[in-house]
Amino acid sequence: MSQVSTQIPEGYAKVFSRPKSLSEKRYTYCPGCHHGIIGRLIAEAIDELGIQERTVGIAPVGCAVFLYQFYNVDFVQAAHGRACAVATGLKRANPDLVVFSYQGDGDLAAIGTAETVHAANRGENITVIFVNNQVYGMTGGEMAPTTLPGQRTVTCPEGRDVRLTGYPLKISEMLAQLDGPAYITRQSVHDVRHVQMARRAILKAFRNQLAGKGFSMVEVVAACPTNLKLSPPEANRWIEERALKYFPLGDLKVKED
Amino acid sequence: MSRLLLRGNEAIAEAAIRAGVKCYFCYPITPQGELVEYMARELPKRGGVFLQAESEVAAINMVYGAAAAGVRTMTSSSSPGISLKQEGISYLAGSRLPAVIVNMMRGGPGLGNIAPAQGDYFQATKGGGHGDYHLIVLAPSTVPEAAQLVMLAFELSDKYRVPAMILADGMLGQMMEPVELPEPVDESTIPDKPWAVTGAKGRPPNVVLSFDLEPQKLKEMNLVLQETYRKIEKNEVRWEEVETDDAEILLVAYGTMGRIAKTVVRMAREEGIPAGLLRPISLWPFPYAPIRRLSERIPVILTVELSAGQMWEDVRLAVEGRAKTPFYGELGGVVPTPREILSEVKKHVSS
Amino acid sequence: MPKGLVVIDKERCKGCGLCMEACPLGVLGFSGEYNSSGYNVAAMIHPEKCTGCAICAQVCPDVAIEVYRLRSDKAKEAT
Repeated sequence: MSQVSTQIPEGYAKVFSRPKSLSEKRYTYCPGCHHGIIGRLIAEAIDELGIQERTVGIAPVGCAVFLYQFYNVDFVQAAHGRACAVATGLKRANPDLVVFSYQGDGDLAAIGTAETVHAANRGENITVIFVNNQVYGMTGGEMAPTTLPGQRTVTCPEGRDVRLTGYPLKISEMLAQLDGPAYITRQSVHDVRHVQMARRAILKAFRNQLAGKGFSMVEVVAACPTNLKLSPPEANRWIEERALKYFPLGDLKVKED
Repeated sequence: MSRLLLRGNEAIAEAAIRAGVKCYFCYPITPQGELVEYMARELPKRGGVFLQAESEVAAINMVYGAAAAGVRTMTSSSSPGISLKQEGISYLAGSRLPAVIVNMMRGGPGLGNIAPAQGDYFQATKGGGHGDYHLIVLAPSTVPEAAQLVMLAFELSDKYRVPAMILADGMLGQMMEPVELPEPVDESTIPDKPWAVTGAKGRPPNVVLSFDLEPQKLKEMNLVLQETYRKIEKNEVRWEEVETDDAEILLVAYGTMGRIAKTVVRMAREEGIPAGLLRPISLWPFPYAPIRRLSERIPVILTVELSAGQMWEDVRLAVEGRAKTPFYGELGGVVPTPREILSEVKKHVSS
Repeated sequence: MPKGLVVIDKERCKGCGLCMEACPLGVLGFSGEYNSSGYNVAAMIHPEKCTGCAICAQVCPDVAIEVYRLRSDKAKEAT
């Protein structure tokens, strides 16, 4: 924190601070981007579970390509879409590592669909965080498999026409059909109540790995204010009013022992 | 040492296990099916991980992950599958990760066929994937040599942090020969990998990547690679010469063609033709210097490949016009007989 | 003394407005001060209302907020 000049009056105790697993680097995300919140929830889970020294994160290609700069844990940057295969290689090579991948909707559900489905199907004991913001942010706002019908993006400027480009891909529903995954859930971070639920889901997804339960994925329906061309508060309302109609929240699969 | 009658594919697999391979990721493709099967049977018994991936793309990315974790790791495939792996190979090279990739070449382009070919020389030695990088490329011509070069591939890959490729073909993969298997590697001789992602305990975090938005920084990353390649070029060139001292025609051939060319040299000598052979064993780094040296004295240098002429370009680069550089090739998986090649040799010495 | 207080890292704040929207008591608003990136940073406009609930910190996408709360022994003295 650069607020060294602020004197905290006597009698106050700190009740909320930056997680230790987050590095000092200032986030390079756009104002209001949900990557920042989700990234913090992961760091909180790492702190709470005391696994900073065992964790290896996998950075995708996309706005979160710089993920490795924001954490105090080992990281591997993966080719676009391949994070679930890279995670498989890491975890099989060294099962003591706590491996998590962090991927956007292009990375996980377009180019990486095969690697995602098969890692889930094999029940790889990894934690996957899937940030579904219904657009390709990094490359300038192109249509994603999860773009909503009628939503305008630079590659569907008239709005997504389902007759030409199909429907929003529900990868969590697809994966929940399989026997391999242990936990598939869909969350959001568009208000504090959902932030808290997402936090619990992410913690569970990491706990599952520690308990050897198998493939655990948290899909977070997120907002990209920049490409939605909305202010951050308006983008949060988009989530509530539009995105969640296509991507309902809740647990899609929970494998009990 | 144990001496066994082994198929090329199996010898390669066994040698990899003896080299300490911990993770093997694969996808089935002919003509390296036996390599996959051998690993599936043997590797788990000997403390390793076998995983058949959903594609060659997935397999090379699993190799990337395991290599990042600091273990010896390998994949094998054949031409079309190696094409799929090019992105992953570029990432391995750019991230300075050691790994071994085995290509049992087959007829191409496209689906081609499953007969032996040498059409992937360009792909293996001139890039294949994007960016300025090289792989260490080793080309065995016999089953025992394949086993030996697999051990060497792991050693060099770890030593230089450069991925290594075994470039062989369907014939070598299928043929059976007696092999003195190499001694299992002494694991204490495997170099430490302080850069690996083993969990940031008592040290700052390690990051495995091949990326920097700042051109000057990416240039520096590239210069490190280039420096490494210069060292490899200086220290790791390998080749074999057969009867070159008094040769008046030099054959240059590698792999299965190198083996056949040895027979051609013997047959030529029996007929009084002073033929010799230079058989590159390392295709990258390529033995430019010995070929240059020989081209100063030998007037005809005949390159023989199972392709339309790929290594031929490197031979001509080495010769630089000092000698005639004819070419004899075969395509589609057709393998020439020694007699056919001998006729070609005779054409060039008839003057 | 107010039950809570927040410290906002001026250089991390991107003026996204989410904290002030989430705050149930209207404590936060734009300060009118611009940081080195050109963002109008958030600040406590009504610090006296803060209860240290930390909702602002939980929704902040830049993890720019630290939250303090009066210790329970002192809380009894608070208005």
